[in-house]
Amino acid sequence: MDIPIPQIVFYFFSLVMVGAAVMVITVRNPVYAALFLVLTFFSAAAIWMLLEAEFLAIVLIVVYVGAVMVLFLFVVMMLDINLAPLKEGFVSYLPVGLLVAAAMTAELLVVLWARDRFGPGLYPVPEPAEQGFSNTAAIGEHLYTHFLLPFEVAGIILLVAIVAAIALTLRKRGDAKSQRPSQQVQVQRGERVRLVKMPAESGNDGRGD
Amino acid sequence: MLTLAHFLTLGAVLFSLSLAGIFLNRKNVIILLMCIELMLLSVNMNFVAFSRYLGNLDGQVFVFFILTVAAAEAAIGLAILVVLFRNRETINVAELDELKG
Amino acid sequence: MSLRTMLILIPLLPLLGSLASGLGRNLVGRAGAHWITILAVAASCVLSFVVLFMQVDGSIGVENISVYTWMVSDGIRFEVGFLVDHLTTLMMCVVTFVSLMVHIYTIGYMQDDPGYQRFFSYINLFTFAMLMLVMANNFMQLFFGWEAVGLVSYLLIGFWYKKESAIFANLKAFLVNRVGDFGFLLGIAAILMAFGSLDYASVFQAAPAKANETISIVGGAEWGLMTFICVCLFIGAMGKSAQAPLHVWLPDSMEGPTPISALIHAATMVTAGIFMVARMSPLFELSDAALSFVMLIGAFTAVAMGLIGIVQNDIKRVIAYSTLSQLGYMTVALGVSAYSAAIFHLMTHAFFKALLFLGAGSVIIALHHQQDLRYMGGLRKYMPVTWLTAWAGTLALVGFPFFAGFYSKDAIIEAVHLSERWGSGLAYLAVLLGVLITALYSFRLLHLAFHGTERFEVAEGVDPHAHLPNGQLAHRPKESPLVVTVPLVLLAIPSVLIGWYTIEPVLFGGWLDDSIHVLNDNDVLAALGQRFHGATVMALHALQTAPFWLMLAGFAIATAVYLFRPGLAEQIWTRMPLLYRLLDHKYYFDEFYQKVFANGSLKLGRGLWNRADAGLIDGVLVNGSARAVNWVAARVRQWQTGFLYDYAFAMILGLIAILGVWVVLY
Repeated sequence: MDIPIPQIVFYFFSLVMVGAAVMVITVRNPVYAALFLVLTFFSAAAIWMLLEAEFLAIVLIVVYVGAVMVLFLFVVMMLDINLAPLKEGFVSYLPVGLLVAAAMTAELLVVLWARDRFGPGLYPVPEPAEQGFSNTAAIGEHLYTHFLLPFEVAGIILLVAIVAAIALTLRKRGDAKSQRPSQQVQVQRGERVRLVKMPAESGNDGRGD
Repeated sequence: MLTLAHFLTLGAVLFSLSLAGIFLNRKNVIILLMCIELMLLSVNMNFVAFSRYLGNLDGQVFVFFILTVAAAEAAIGLAILVVLFRNRETINVAELDELKG
Repeated sequence: MSLRTMLILIPLLPLLGSLASGLGRNLVGRAGAHWITILAVAASCVLSFVVLFMQVDGSIGVENISVYTWMVSDGIRFEVGFLVDHLTTLMMCVVTFVSLMVHIYTIGYMQDDPGYQRFFSYINLFTFAMLMLVMANNFMQLFFGWEAVGLVSYLLIGFWYKKESAIFANLKAFLVNRVGDFGFLLGIAAILMAFGSLDYASVFQAAPAKANETISIVGGAEWGLMTFICVCLFIGAMGKSAQAPLHVWLPDSMEGPTPISALIHAATMVTAGIFMVARMSPLFELSDAALSFVMLIGAFTAVAMGLIGIVQNDIKRVIAYSTLSQLGYMTVALGVSAYSAAIFHLMTHAFFKALLFLGAGSVIIALHHQQDLRYMGGLRKYMPVTWLTAWAGTLALVGFPFFAGFYSKDAIIEAVHLSERWGSGLAYLAVLLGVLITALYSFRLLHLAFHGTERFEVAEGVDPHAHLPNGQLAHRPKESPLVVTVPLVLLAIPSVLIGWYTIEPVLFGGWLDDSIHVLNDNDVLAALGQRFHGATVMALHALQTAPFWLMLAGFAIATAVYLFRPGLAEQIWTRMPLLYRLLDHKYYFDEFYQKVFANGSLKLGRGLWNRADAGLIDGVLVNGSARAVNWVAARVRQWQTGFLYDYAFAMILGLIAILGVWVVLY
């Protein structure tokens, strides 16, 4: 019996993914939502493995889940969120929202499935890659030759993101003292020392006391 | 048999879900950002699927860059969120209506 | 001096005189103003007579000189040029001579007026404009002169611009003239369209070929081309020469100082229309319908206006209505194709009407600006020269044999009698009746002003410049100074002599043949000429004609009523109140025009101001669009909730819509 492994994998992980996505948008607690989003990403990684994009699947988990979602959780837990009002009033606009989403989905499905646009005729199912084919090496080669400039630009984007994030959230402490060496170095004698002529004190000749 | 259309359908469903999430979510700006991540995920899904079925690696390279930018954007978005919370003491979207005409 | 230089100087000198005395009025002072202008117009007069004599002894013929080409547009030449034939020189001499007399007279009449220099500048400017009009050799220059005399007339009628009635009168004159000018301009446009040229010579030459053409104006109806052109041109003449129904401005124009009533509204400007029709005789001869129209309008004016003159109490108004009536005579003459007779009457009328106006002016200043006939009387004792010259003018006006007016008027009456044009019978009755009426009002004027008992009192020791009640004078009237009486005498001489002297060459000797073109069928003057046996014979023969006895009848009635039984007039009028009211209100023309056109225009203007401009444009379009924008903005503003999810929702909806369109289409 020819067990269609790809189909099983695909349908299983897609269901998980869709289910998790639904949970993301419906749960009250933002921490739960973040965790469900992590689950969505994991399922996506699995499907990408199916599509022979191993590098990206791992990168998704490492970068996205490992960094970005952790960041999300940081922020969620850092903000002192008042949970009570989060539980109200969800229902009143639910029908409209569902209607809009359904309409969107329907249209997209029509586009995708009508007239065999994306069917096997135009896009035949490709052969699996041979043993030992390294997706990572292929991407690396492609990236560093044809896409070198965008790669460098991406690096700069990340730099900018760091700078921006810090600049946005930086706070100065009111009571922190700091030195400004540039001004210290430019000080003149006349601003610090003032010679005063005074008569000598009478009484003791300056011998102590 | 898995055709391209299946993967694209998956992407489409994810996209619609994220849209619904944006619209339905009235309470939490963080959920909004998460829905944006979902949207980017659906787009990435499409790219990877096309890359596989067209036999061209350009799609995957593009996903690479999208991931980069999405990370940067998430970072900055969260920074803004933090500053917003500092000033407004709330992340309730329904209370952020300063752009009202 | 070449002919060309002379011809250019003739209109140019008065123009320069006008500018010098007008713009430099403070520089030249009062005396300077009158010297400059009188010298200028005297020079023009002398030069005009020189040209006349050169034409009489044959050293020059008909001269058509182009002086300056203003522009050439689309093949049409717009030029300044002079056409000097016998008709032109006749007009030039009349205009400059009468203008010179009026200039001299003004020294005395406007002595006390603060606008002394301005007045001289204006009358010099008028002389320039009128000369440009009569010397023109193309329609554009004719129209320029036409409008220019209208302008100067406006300026002069409203000379005392602080007087409200004067301002009303000058605006009325200008506007009624404008109506006529509109017709005139249509005629000129039609000529340009049909002939492609504004030059007299080319138009007159090409005219007979177009005699049977038609033109389609409104609604596809075909009109005769020449009839249309001539009727339109005549409408202009109706405005300028004050024929009914465009006559209403002339009596009001008496608001201006008397010298201009003499110059403009008797001798020269109002004759521009007559001159124009005579000049256009090659065109008018091609349209019998237009000529009948001209004749009937003239006939109506001649009778109707004369009747009004009988009930007027202002001395100048009587003479004004007399002018209207005489213009009607000239128009009738034009209508029966007796163009030479019309021009002849124009010339004689210029002299004796100017004389009468200036005489009236002399009376007015003697009585210190009292103009009401009811408070005059017996003035012949105090002002003998004025009295005698007034008699000369009156006898000329009523057509007493041997005087100038007799020859011209009787020529017209006989010409109408001989004409076979449609409506000429009616016109003949009208002109005959007009003789009686003319005699009636003319002798009424003489008797009321100069004869009979004095109806004024002299209140000694009262300030002469104070405004006295009617019938009272500050000092005894006395004869006017020489600057006034000399022009009177100088004008009286031609009023007596010129008819006898010039009737034969002008009417029957072909003096005007170069200018006036009459078709043989219509040539009544030729028929008349066959019976003409000399001026003296004509005068003696007059005793056997109807006009003479009608004139005597008028004299008899006027004398009986106004000299011997002054109260009789009142009694007659009380028996015929309706007729008196009709005449007193001038057939209600003024009331009609005021109510319908003047008030109608005011109402239209106000309506457009309030409802169209303020209401529609300001309120609805300008303010309304602002309010509409406000209204829309107030509603659209509500979509800007400030909530992110609403904005996102809007974007999603847009996306769905676009996607839907694409889905449907593909």
